[in-house]
Parts: sequence; C-alpha cells; structure tokens
Amino acid sequence: MNPDLVRGMCYIAASIFFVFGLKMLSSPATARKGNMVSAIGMLIAIVTALSAMAEIKWAWIIAGAGVGSVIGTLAARLVKMTSMPQMVGLFNGFGGLASLLVGWSEFHGKWAGADETQLFTMVTMFLTVLIGGVTFSGSLVAFGKLAGVIAGRPILYKGQNAFNAIILIAIAAAGVFFCTQELGQVEEARLIGVYVALVGTALMALALGVLSTIGIGGADMPVVICLLNSYSGLAACAAGFVINNNVLIVSGSLVGASGLILTNIMCKAMNRSLANVPYEQLVEPQDVNPRMEMVDVAIVIGANDVVNPAAREDENSPLWGMPVIDVDRSRTCIVLKRSLNPGFAGVDNPLFFKDNTRMLFGDAKSSVTQLVSEFKH
Amino acid sequence: MELDSATIPLLFFIFVLAMLLGVELIRKVPSQLHTPLMSGSNAISGITIVGALIAAGRTESETAVTVLATLAVVFAMINVVGGYLVTDRMLKMFKGRGKQGGKS
Repeated sequence: MNPDLVRGMCYIAASIFFVFGLKMLSSPATARKGNMVSAIGMLIAIVTALSAMAEIKWAWIIAGAGVGSVIGTLAARLVKMTSMPQMVGLFNGFGGLASLLVGWSEFHGKWAGADETQLFTMVTMFLTVLIGGVTFSGSLVAFGKLAGVIAGRPILYKGQNAFNAIILIAIAAAGVFFCTQELGQVEEARLIGVYVALVGTALMALALGVLSTIGIGGADMPVVICLLNSYSGLAACAAGFVINNNVLIVSGSLVGASGLILTNIMCKAMNRSLANVPYEQLVEPQDVNPRMEMVDVAIVIGANDVVNPAAREDENSPLWGMPVIDVDRSRTCIVLKRSLNPGFAGVDNPLFFKDNTRMLFGDAKSSVTQLVSEFKH
Repeated sequence: MELDSATIPLLFFIFVLAMLLGVELIRKVPSQLHTPLMSGSNAISGITIVGALIAAGRTESETAVTVLATLAVVFAMINVVGGYLVTDRMLKMFKGRGKQGGKS
C-alpha cells in the first residue's frame, strides 16, 4: 500500500480520537478516560509524523522532545492543586510559542532558499506568527496574575486604547506588506525587509498579548486563559495550513471553536473552583441561593470574590453582576481566611464586615482540621 | 510545496467542518468540568508538535531552521505532556472517595 495513504489514514484516526476524547471530557463519568483517548490520538499523530520522513535529524528531535517531556512531566506533577489553572495557562502559552516558532522556521527555510511562495502560504505563515505570539505573551501575563507575580488588579493607563489601535494598525500594515511578497521574485534588499516585517510582527504580537490582558483583573483570568487556549488552537490550525497538514487543521480548529464556546459558557457561570468533593454533592449557585435564608450556618473556605455581596449591591464594583453565592443571606456565616486581604479581583469584600459574619483567621485547612477534632471530643 | 486551487478550498472545507464540530461537542458541559475541559483541549492544541517535528527532522534544511524548529519541539512537548498529565490529575480529584485524590 502507498505509505502516504496509510499516513493519511493514521492522521484521520488521530483526529477521531481527539473528537471522541473531547466529547468524553465534557461528561463527568467519562472525562478521565476521554483525556486518555485524546492522549492516544496525540501519540498516533506524533508517530505518524516521524514515520513520514525517510531521513531524520534524530539527535535534534530526541533532544527537543526529551527536554520538553521532562519539563512538562515535572511541572504537571509538582504543581500544587490550587495552582493548576495558572499552570494550564503557562502550558497554553508554550503551545502558542511553539506555533510561532514553527511558522518562523518554515518562513526561514523558504526565505533562505528564495522559494516560490504563494499568497496563501504567506498569509498563513503571518497568521501563525501573529496568533502564536499573542497567545504566548497573553498566557504569560495570565499566569503571572494568577501566580501573584504580577498585580492581580487591572492595570490601566492613559491612552491605552489609542496605543492598542496603533499597534493593530502597524500589524495590519506589516501583514499587507508581508503577504503580498513573492519570495522567489523580490530582490535582495526587499528580502531583508520581508524578514524584518515578520520579526516585527512577532514582537508586536507579543506586545499586543501583554497589553490586551494586563488591563483585566485576576478574577477573570480563568476565562482569559480559556480564550487564549482557543487562540492557541487557531495558531496550530494556521500552522497546519502552512505545512498543508490536515491533522493540525482539524485539531487546531476543534480546540479553537470549542475554546470559544467554553469561554462563553464560563463567562456566564464564572468562578466555580475545583474541590475534592464528589461531583453529585456539588450544587449550582442558582439552585442554592433561593434557599439561603433557611441556612443556619454557611462556612466559606478559600473563597472570596465568589461570595462577595458587592456583585449584587454595588453597581460600581468591578464584580457587579457576576453570579455569586449569597452566603451573606444565611443566618450565620463563618469565613475561614488568612487575613482580610482582597481576592484576585482586588476588591474589598463587605461580607467580612457584616453583622452575621464571623471571621476565623488562619490557614483554612488547619482551621477545619482543628474544628473537626474539637467536635469529636 | 505548491498548493493548487483545488487543495486550498478543501483545506478550508475541513477547517469549517471541524470548527462546527468543536462547537457541538462541548455544548452541554457542566460547570465543574470547565477547568479540566479547558486543560484537556489545551493539551490537544499541542498538536503543533507534529508541525514542529516535521520541521525539525528535515535533513536538508539549514541549521537556523533546525534550531528554531527544535525549540518549537521543546515547547510543544511541554504543552502536550504537561497538558495531559495535569488534566489527569485534575480529573482524579473527582473520583475522590476510596483513594485519596489531591493534597489541596
């Protein structure tokens, strides 16, 4: 059989694994298996890609894949449960950077060889670098904000919109210039200009990623990461157009589209964090809020912005309108917290100062353990 | 490689169908699974590893291309391996009960 045909079939198989993996991931009973299915799809795609080349620079591939695997494994194993969202953000940024580098290396090869290039290839290389760059730096900012390296509060400055507009116009100008060149035909001086345009685009994309996320509060970062995840899918998809590879196009656009939808869903139902609680025992805020007056004691552990009554009461609060759990309407509310410091959104929480609220300062985990042991005695 | 005018619409065709499929697939996801799903699909976006491997492995390309592409392999591999493992750790928490899940 024709090996190219077999490889094409393998790529289709990998895509099917991704589709079913995603489907299974969106249901609690099958989620973990779904992740495994999707990982098998990835393995198939990688093996197929390597089998496509008769001669391979193995040393480079093994070194690169080895270093990446070790770093990825360590990061995933060592990260604390509570730091997982920002770690996902960081991984996502690396995916965007990888797409940028793929686009750049493809360009460099064509540029150095002064290959014949089509408008289509130039456009897709440009988009790969642009989207990949925005994803990378935007994800780094999201990571920094969630990890507390960068201030969580929105960073705003004068002329922000005008500055962003200038960058966008500059990127568009660079794009028009870059995409309309035909590498095989332009003279040498202009060839350098084309390279400058692409590197300039990469730098402007990095700036754009930072500028468009820095003004968003830390509380919204999970949604931002979700949106950037969608972008990294689109970047991979654009890279697929560059190298004419279907599995990249399919998986990239699957992630791109589902990421956009998920971002939308998350905006509507924001800030439900993970906990070590059986899935069946979790309740949605809209289900529990109407019954809140009948609750004797509400205990808040490790939550802040999601129980901030300002979302209902203060129109000027940045949290205004966000769905929150109305623990302040219970008869007594006990908040376990280290200090009165504000949460990710950087806003004070009036809940802490209400008459029916008691604060129990200290590490929430040891406070709970202590309470439980006192009950037992 | 030269793309003819029949291939380009075909690639777009695949792109559009996959986008529509992506929208349909996750329409009804419960909020508890938002973060794991985001993380799991993030691992899939590491598929750019395929492009990186193809570019890094080519024997005929010059060193600059190989270096850039190998860097891409490193970062894409972090995305893929880390992405799948961290998603698995998250989902393990839901199983809970019997065996102890997380440390949080």
